[in-house]
Amino acid sequence: MSTEKLTAKIRKLSTIVEDIHLEIGQQIAPSTRRAAAIAVIENPFAGKYNEDLEELMVIGAELGTLLGERAVAALGIEPAQVESYGKGAIVGENGELEHAAAILHPRLGGPLRAAVEKGAALVPSSKKMGGLGTPLDVPLGHKDAAYVRSHFDAMEVRINDAPRANEILVAIVVTDSGRPLPRVGGLEAKDAEGKDGLR
Amino acid sequence: MPEVIVRKTITTVEDIFHEGGPRAEKPYRRGAIASVIKNPYAGRYVEEITPFIEDLKPLGLKMAQDLIAAMGENSATIEGYGKGAIVGAGGELEHGALWHAPGGYSMREVVKDSKAIVASTKKVGPVGARLDVPVTHANASYVRSHFDSIEVGINDAPRADEMLVILVMTTGPRVHSRSGGLLASEIKGEDGLK
Repeated sequence: MSTEKLTAKIRKLSTIVEDIHLEIGQQIAPSTRRAAAIAVIENPFAGKYNEDLEELMVIGAELGTLLGERAVAALGIEPAQVESYGKGAIVGENGELEHAAAILHPRLGGPLRAAVEKGAALVPSSKKMGGLGTPLDVPLGHKDAAYVRSHFDAMEVRINDAPRANEILVAIVVTDSGRPLPRVGGLEAKDAEGKDGLR
Repeated sequence: MPEVIVRKTITTVEDIFHEGGPRAEKPYRRGAIASVIKNPYAGRYVEEITPFIEDLKPLGLKMAQDLIAAMGENSATIEGYGKGAIVGAGGELEHGALWHAPGGYSMREVVKDSKAIVASTKKVGPVGARLDVPVTHANASYVRSHFDSIEVGINDAPRADEMLVILVMTTGPRVHSRSGGLLASEIKGEDGLK
């Protein structure tokens, strides 16, 4: 997806892939993998109160596709192989928390679901205001059945030079797996129906 | 000889389009790869540690190749590089120094024109420590446009008995490079310096 013609004015894009081979002495085979795709964009409403946040909703739809596709590509898997997902945003100090909400909630989910195929479950999210290098813990849940306990997780993302005061950092995280060593019971992925997004 | 035990790998790729100035036609791309490995010498003083250098060489080579692939680049399009290590609390700085040869020579093996010394930094740090890994031009250390650094770290490492070993690569000058000095187009590429 070309970034030039987007409404979103992107300063930088970043992807982070974590590949966990071993945890507390136990081999993880195959390794569990998660990828974050991150965009640092200009906040069109920085420094002023705007009642209408339509522009950020358009940006949310664009980033659902761009970051969803980049995160899946970073894992090198087919969209259908994605097992869990999450999203988050950090708004620089001249913006407001509602700017993150306008990007994340109205229109980002549809394109993200297209990028991961299906996605019956709510996309877990987190947001906050922050300065350069602020870390954000992006919550993760199974993409088709929110109650799958093995896939409750989070991934920390941060970029040392963002967000500046007039910027917003937007992140989408996808995985090909749950936690490395799940053993606290609950609904298992293999038992999930994936129809109502919950079980 | 100690075995190299990798707990996790973290790969980061950044595309920088601008930093307040004109948008770059081709973004400046920076990549970092970090392996969280067990420190075989943690928790005690060991005099003879050099055998681990040999053990680390295959890992270094694989990391260099994997990083170029993750960046979607090839041996000819990488222009800058650097390396670093973060040693967990049970180790000593000298353990990080074991990465100099396997980290550096692996990149020089896979990056086409790479006569320059690989810039490096290292420290002992807690879980979540971040390291600013220096970057210089791969073929001529004095190229001013390519001086940079990439911050690398992960929230759950290094544990006390672990080390992060890190390689970084870039594809060109800083996105708005305009501080003069030797240009990449002017280098002789003979001595690794100019």
